[in-house]
Amino acid sequence: MAALDQTQVKEGVDQETVDAVREVGTYKYGWDTDIEMEYAPKGVNPDIVRLISEKNEEPEWMTEWRLSAFERWTKMDEPKWAMVHYPPIDFQDQYYYARPKSMEEKPKSLDEVDPKLLATYEKLGIPLKEQMILAGVEGAENIPAEGRKVAVDAVFDSVSVGTTFQDELAKHGVIFCSISEAIKEHPELVKKYLGTVVPVSDNFYATLNSAVFSDGSFVYIPPGVRCPMELSTYFRINAENTGQFERTLIIADKGSYVSYLEGCTAPQRDTAQLHAAVVEIIVEEDAEVKYSTVQNWFPGDENGKGGIYNFVTKRADCRGDRSKVMWTQVETGSAVTWKYPSCILRGNESQGEFYSIAITNNMQQADTGTKMVHLGKNTKSRIVSKGISAGKAQNTYRGLVSMHPKAKDSRNYTQCDSLLIGDKCGAHTVPYIEVKNNSSRVEHEATTSKVDDDQLFYCRQRGMDEEEAVALVVNGFCKDVLQALPMEFAMEAQQLVAISLEGSVG
Amino acid sequence: MALPQAKQTATEARLASLTMPDPGCTKAAREGALARVNQMGLPGRRDEYWKYTQPDTLVSPQAPQAAVLDAGEPLVFSDVDRLSIVFIDGVFSPEDSDDLTLEGVTIDRLEDICCKDIHWAKELYGKLEERGQTPVQRPLAALNTAYATDGVAIHVTGKPSKPINFVYRHESETSDAILHHVIRVESDAEVTILETGPAASRFNKCMEIDIADNGTLHHIRAQGRDHERRAVTHMFTRLGKESTYKSFTLTVNGVLTRNEQVVELTGDDAVAHVAGACVGDGDFLHDDTVFITHEAVNCESRQVFKKVLRNGATGVFQGKILVKEGAQKTDGYQISQSLLLDDDSQFLAKPELEIYADDVACSHGSTSGAIDETALFYLRSRGVPYKDATNMLTLAFLAEAVDEIEDRALAEEIVTRLEGWLARRS
Repeated sequence: MAALDQTQVKEGVDQETVDAVREVGTYKYGWDTDIEMEYAPKGVNPDIVRLISEKNEEPEWMTEWRLSAFERWTKMDEPKWAMVHYPPIDFQDQYYYARPKSMEEKPKSLDEVDPKLLATYEKLGIPLKEQMILAGVEGAENIPAEGRKVAVDAVFDSVSVGTTFQDELAKHGVIFCSISEAIKEHPELVKKYLGTVVPVSDNFYATLNSAVFSDGSFVYIPPGVRCPMELSTYFRINAENTGQFERTLIIADKGSYVSYLEGCTAPQRDTAQLHAAVVEIIVEEDAEVKYSTVQNWFPGDENGKGGIYNFVTKRADCRGDRSKVMWTQVETGSAVTWKYPSCILRGNESQGEFYSIAITNNMQQADTGTKMVHLGKNTKSRIVSKGISAGKAQNTYRGLVSMHPKAKDSRNYTQCDSLLIGDKCGAHTVPYIEVKNNSSRVEHEATTSKVDDDQLFYCRQRGMDEEEAVALVVNGFCKDVLQALPMEFAMEAQQLVAISLEGSVG
Repeated sequence: MALPQAKQTATEARLASLTMPDPGCTKAAREGALARVNQMGLPGRRDEYWKYTQPDTLVSPQAPQAAVLDAGEPLVFSDVDRLSIVFIDGVFSPEDSDDLTLEGVTIDRLEDICCKDIHWAKELYGKLEERGQTPVQRPLAALNTAYATDGVAIHVTGKPSKPINFVYRHESETSDAILHHVIRVESDAEVTILETGPAASRFNKCMEIDIADNGTLHHIRAQGRDHERRAVTHMFTRLGKESTYKSFTLTVNGVLTRNEQVVELTGDDAVAHVAGACVGDGDFLHDDTVFITHEAVNCESRQVFKKVLRNGATGVFQGKILVKEGAQKTDGYQISQSLLLDDDSQFLAKPELEIYADDVACSHGSTSGAIDETALFYLRSRGVPYKDATNMLTLAFLAEAVDEIEDRALAEEIVTRLEGWLARRS
């Protein structure tokens, strides 16, 4: 992080913030695991698609589904509209499937998993034991035992290594397993929901994912069940020249609740690697899903060499009335990020929330944001996005808020702030606002000078001067986002808490 | 890269319907512009920059028919002491215009300068339009540069005593006018430009404004009320050190209006304000597209756009502030708001920021909604009838944009027109 040491930081930007951004820029997960791997031949074609399907022992309908996706993909063009620039990707010069040799025979329980794999996750701070205390998280021991339980599905390159607490979850009727397992064990659920939120032909990367996804997580929460523990998936890319294409499907049935976390890291490599995931969430009546991500893929080195190209399609469909979804994301990794977790607010009175902190440094480029599509009456959405750019990085917020004619009495509030550290980076905002009825209110603001008057008044009344009050309210929000993250990410979050958006440009 | 077939065909068809006038000294500029049109193609439905506004009727070979409205009232600013330059369906009318001599300015017709070998305007004609083609393409402006049939060149060297008023009269139901004006404001000079009237059934207007250090240009425009008229206008403005540009546009009805403002702040401490108030009723689409580039230090830019829409009217706002590397101490502000008076109307906005400098303040805001119920209740509870109360609140909503006009007398003229619009609705 020499680059940031020499950067002239303008007055008004909090030193703690600069230090925190510097800290984030030091990649701690760049080591790799020396393990014997088994690869599918390089490139992508119908044979590779069939091979992946075969490796996962999928039924015929799934293979056909993949093949038709592949067929469509060959006719699609790579999207070029995002404010990210990278050399052309040779889609034939990648491995689409890689799994540790030891995973050839799927282990029946965690005890049978290759110790090397277990050690990898241990080192990442995600122990794959059904233990209660998370490694390295300060203060975790003070939390009551019940609250500390986290079920983990660990995905290593193309395969799921293991899933913890499955039995305990099963007692509550919760299904939590890898998607490959779900296709075999619960085909009726997969068939009913897969591709209904993100259709096969949604976009270039989602279509590619539909053809070649190798693994990912599957969650089903039955009606009325409050998932007894947090669920999480930890993605690790280890193999070189290998793309990871995971697929996550979460179904929250009527009146259920689940909090789901996702983390990702990759070793330091000189060549860029591709990651194209699809996450689909179905939220039925009165159900609530909280989805948190700490994205920490390898960002490439100071000169932009290597790093993960992260092209992700995430979407939640609030189908039922009063359903709710909350996306929280902390984006610190990846050389290129292209990611727009979205909410389709179909049910009446459904709610969507999106909280994001994106930090880019060195040569990183992030184009991220959300879509809030209001279809039902009385729907509400809230977007809070904080972007921080340092070094020569480019950070873009891109979002859509759409109020359909039938979405009467709906509300949206959007706030996005950006902070530049140094004069060689860029911060951009590209919001799309489409309002097609007059009973809805849409507000978009991107400024730090505009702070809620009531909050300000409250602080002033208690003796703070105006500047202090503004700082408190603005920074409070950033911390709010971080605090919304579950304990498991506390380690990553701890270093980000020092970040403030003082001195934002717009 | 070859153009998509549909775009190629549409462009060729449109070009075939036009003939380039005798270009004279603007020959090189016009040919360059034509090459740009051929290379870019005219806008089509799939273009991102035309996402919210369908350009078909602006691009078609023939202008769609548009009835002439007898408004029963004189055009805006008729009572103001001014120098009028009248165009009827895009053709200069010497009989209706005032004598074009005024202290502090020289005014030439495009036709007259075209036959001269040397003229200051030759250096400007098409230049700012060409600069304005990156990073976003504006093919209809290039088409204008290539095929403009009339227009004037105004050289401002002092501080003329009265405003210069372009009066655009619409008399033929099938007129298709292309006008191109160039204005150069010298150091310490100051001028007010007014534009009024519906102009033609279809109007493509381009104005290039070059303001030297310390120069000032005020621009106030009232686009005519003819319901069926269509207009696409481009204003390209380049500002030198400590110069000022302030523009305000009022649009009342018109089936399709696309107003683009392309502003470059190239000298330190320059100020650019662009504002607009639009009121739309029924089959109406109004699009304000603004692109402001900050290239110098300590400049200020302000965009204030207010739209009142009802009976299925559509308001579009695409605004962008681009702060280039090194343009420190930039103060950029952008607000776009719509008041939807009923459930059929819509507001589509894209308020963008692109910032490459760290010591700047840029804020943008956008809101959309109905009349504030609380405010309405307040007025009603104090005995104000419902209709008066909504009118009052609507005017108050538009006031923020109208307030951008510095000259109070001219602002009053605009307010009178807005009151007229409110009075006509019932």
